[in-house]
Amino acid sequence: MHDKTVTQLAAALNSGELSSKELTSHFLQRIEKADGTLNSFITVTAEQALTQADAADKARASGDAGTLTGIPLALKDIYCTQGVKTSCGSKMLDNFIAPYDATVVEKLSAAGTISLGKTNMDEFAMGSSNENSYYGSVKNPWDLSAVPGGSSGGSAAAVAAGLVPAAMGTDTGGSIRQPAAFCGITGLKPTYGRVSRYGIIAYASSLDQAGPMARSAEDCAHLLNVIAGHDVRDSTCVARGVPDYTETLNAPLSGLKIGLPKEYFGDGLDPEVEKAVRDAVKVYESLGATVRDVSLPHTHYAIPAYYVIAPAEASSNLSRYDGVRFGHRCKAPEDLIDLYTRSRAEGFGEEVKRRILIGTHTLSEGFFDAYYTKAQKVRRLIRQDFLDAFEDVDVLMGPASPTPAFDLGAKKDPVSMYLQDIYTIAVNLAGIPGISVPAGFSNGRPVGLQILGTHFAEAQLLNVAHQFQQATDWHLKRPAFAEENA
Amino acid sequence: MQWETVIGLEVHVQLATRSKIFSGASTAFGAEPNTQACAVDLGLPGVLPVLNEQAVAMAVQFGLAVHAEIPEVSVFDRKNYFYPDLPKGYQTSQMYHPIVGPGEVEITLDDNTTKRIRIHHAHLEEDAGKSLHEDFHGMTGIDLNRAGTPLLEIVSEPDMRNAKEAAAYLKAIHSIVTYLGISDGNMAEGSMRCDVNVSVRPKGQEAFGTRAEIKNVNSFRFVERAIAFEVERQIELIEDGGKVVQETRLFDPERDETRSMRTKEEANDYRYFPCPDLLPVVLDQAYLDHLRSQLPELPADKRARFQTSLGLSAYDAHVLSASREMAEFFEEVHRVCGDAKQAANWVQGELSGALNRDNLTIQNSPVSAHQLGELISRVLDDTINGKAAKQVFQALWNGQGSSADEIIEAKGLKQVTDTGAIESMIDQVIAESPAQVAQYRDSEPEKRGKMIGYFVGQVMKASRGTANPQQVNGLLKEKLDALL
Repeated sequence: MHDKTVTQLAAALNSGELSSKELTSHFLQRIEKADGTLNSFITVTAEQALTQADAADKARASGDAGTLTGIPLALKDIYCTQGVKTSCGSKMLDNFIAPYDATVVEKLSAAGTISLGKTNMDEFAMGSSNENSYYGSVKNPWDLSAVPGGSSGGSAAAVAAGLVPAAMGTDTGGSIRQPAAFCGITGLKPTYGRVSRYGIIAYASSLDQAGPMARSAEDCAHLLNVIAGHDVRDSTCVARGVPDYTETLNAPLSGLKIGLPKEYFGDGLDPEVEKAVRDAVKVYESLGATVRDVSLPHTHYAIPAYYVIAPAEASSNLSRYDGVRFGHRCKAPEDLIDLYTRSRAEGFGEEVKRRILIGTHTLSEGFFDAYYTKAQKVRRLIRQDFLDAFEDVDVLMGPASPTPAFDLGAKKDPVSMYLQDIYTIAVNLAGIPGISVPAGFSNGRPVGLQILGTHFAEAQLLNVAHQFQQATDWHLKRPAFAEENA
Repeated sequence: MQWETVIGLEVHVQLATRSKIFSGASTAFGAEPNTQACAVDLGLPGVLPVLNEQAVAMAVQFGLAVHAEIPEVSVFDRKNYFYPDLPKGYQTSQMYHPIVGPGEVEITLDDNTTKRIRIHHAHLEEDAGKSLHEDFHGMTGIDLNRAGTPLLEIVSEPDMRNAKEAAAYLKAIHSIVTYLGISDGNMAEGSMRCDVNVSVRPKGQEAFGTRAEIKNVNSFRFVERAIAFEVERQIELIEDGGKVVQETRLFDPERDETRSMRTKEEANDYRYFPCPDLLPVVLDQAYLDHLRSQLPELPADKRARFQTSLGLSAYDAHVLSASREMAEFFEEVHRVCGDAKQAANWVQGELSGALNRDNLTIQNSPVSAHQLGELISRVLDDTINGKAAKQVFQALWNGQGSSADEIIEAKGLKQVTDTGAIESMIDQVIAESPAQVAQYRDSEPEKRGKMIGYFVGQVMKASRGTANPQQVNGLLKEKLDALL
């Protein structure tokens, strides 16, 4: 059961072969058995999940079921869930029970899906290895000595290990695509504005975007159908029609024009990762696509620009954690300043503090223009690079990450960690969609092929990814851990 | 040395929207603490602001009313600072691209001359909550009902030269926003608050002196008093060889003085940057045209019309157009009675006197504009005389009748204009006053005019005030002179 895709499980539920209760119990048991090792969940909502599963089975029996009714999912612990702890991976919110559901959570509930719980993540989504979680590191099911990637590391590891068929992540600089790549699953970051951010705890508001992480592009299409669309509660969420993303999955790829950004195949790229990506491109050629080299000349400015803009927004977004209304409050504050400084010093981890400091500095009087204003100019140039490239090609392809998953504890220096996101970060700055699909292995660890499209080209990305998964079986590979813990 | 004062004002006007600027929570005043603060106002993790279109429309209406440039694009910025009643740790405001650009306001000075005060800009922002320091036994209570209430901050140029001008400017702003109906202008409830920037410079010097900003001055009177104190303090300081430092000061109305809150060195760095959760506000010409077509007649226009087409004096026109309520009351009185001068006299005389005496505002006047208009009509058509009219007014004020006619009837105040009736009263008075008649007869002709007053008084008394005084006068003179 845990080997199957959402699409397959939905068919089994629909035919009556399987009940949601059985399915939900099965995955809850797997979590119970395996997650002590993986640490992919922060909170498991077993009781609530079983109640929802009962309701889903009744709905299905009365003919009142949608495609995904009864499908168990997991939510990154950044989504506010009413009545359930929503920690964002931080000690600061260890005591925070959200009093409302995020729009994405509402939509998933309305579609009849079941939440098994909240997955581990880098604190406030700041990190690329999931090692910045207050709740401890998550292990990569392909190799327990490796990181699962981050910040949506818990979601990626749980799906890869078969603890849940699919999960929701968020992506600010690669936080869906990089862990999807590291864990050998499929992860889609939609266009900025495609999915509502309401109820998703903000890291960097102009970059954050929610998306699905699953075993196949087809599963991602089903989930995007549910979560995409306008939300009056999010002014940055675009009022634009939502197509049925499953309808175009099988469109033929003959004539597809693929661009390979030369900047994505440069120094620091693991040769096996490069080989896997180039092999994947050959598969596309065999499907009728044409390939050409393109250039995104401002790529090397993406990381510096990101590490000005994201921390600037974060330093402001995280100001509300002051110990006054919710979240961690220090014991026996002497006065207001003591309340602020100790609550924040105790509640935030090192990386979060680092980014708050960076952001506070770059927004300061006398530095604002040199950092923030300049970074915004760079951001426009990076966006223009992509728009120019999409004049000539339909999609861009390259690696999701320069290396496969690295060892736990291997990257001690923050800057070397930041450089992990070299291929993913520009995508958030430009606001375009990207998907990572399994495309092979390097040293036994999965490699992700990243496919990028222009704004709102999700249907095309899912089509292109799905066709690859029809032609290859990388996405069907399962880590031994998944079976050992069956 | 002769000193010149330079004053600029920042006026915060609470906009009269039903819901908050970025959330659906109510803005009603006076609710139980924290009952009108939703998830967005509390700054809960994950919430997002959505701009209230009504607040935008109101800000634009203000801009149009002060002949301001309305930029096509305006942007919200975050002003970052920590304070317990600021839930998000930042205030959403407009730093770099405000919704209203440069404009101007006309103020009226004591001598009825006018002066133009330039407006630098006006921007939208959200209010913070309130910290309550009493009743919590050494702790502080936070009420977030006010958090997120829409404010329009109107920033003037340093165009005012004395406290009276500053107060007149504040009154002009008050008048405009209440005319537009975009604020209730209630200063006691904090719907209008004011920061005053004051500096002094030797007369004739062009460069500005160093200014002090006096925070939260919350009445017209306090503005004058705070400025008076501050000007004196600065002049004394300089004349004693000291220097004014740039600082924020607080006005203490109890002690009638300003005190230093923080100096420039201690000032916050607010780290303004564009709010990534809100899109830029883009206003097109059609929208502006639509709002312009909805504008009511504004105080300056009304004042001009009262002078030119109603023939009122500059003073009357200014007083009667000062507030929307006053103007509407006056115009209704005028509409009913048809005589602008009489309407103006009654509103500013009898009515204002009674309102002041009972400490009432014109909105709460026990005598309605319609009632007053009818009363004046009865004077104009000679149904009653002026003296009786005052009695009728008092009766209406006391609720002794629903209309002037009803009271005139009930009290028998209808003016007696029947010559025969008046003549018989005169005859009786003459008959009963032989000594006065004799005195009249023996007086120098030029003194008789004065003496006739006695007889008029007696006749009016006999008629219980209802006789037409002009008729009484004329007939008395005829009859007395016939006795000579």
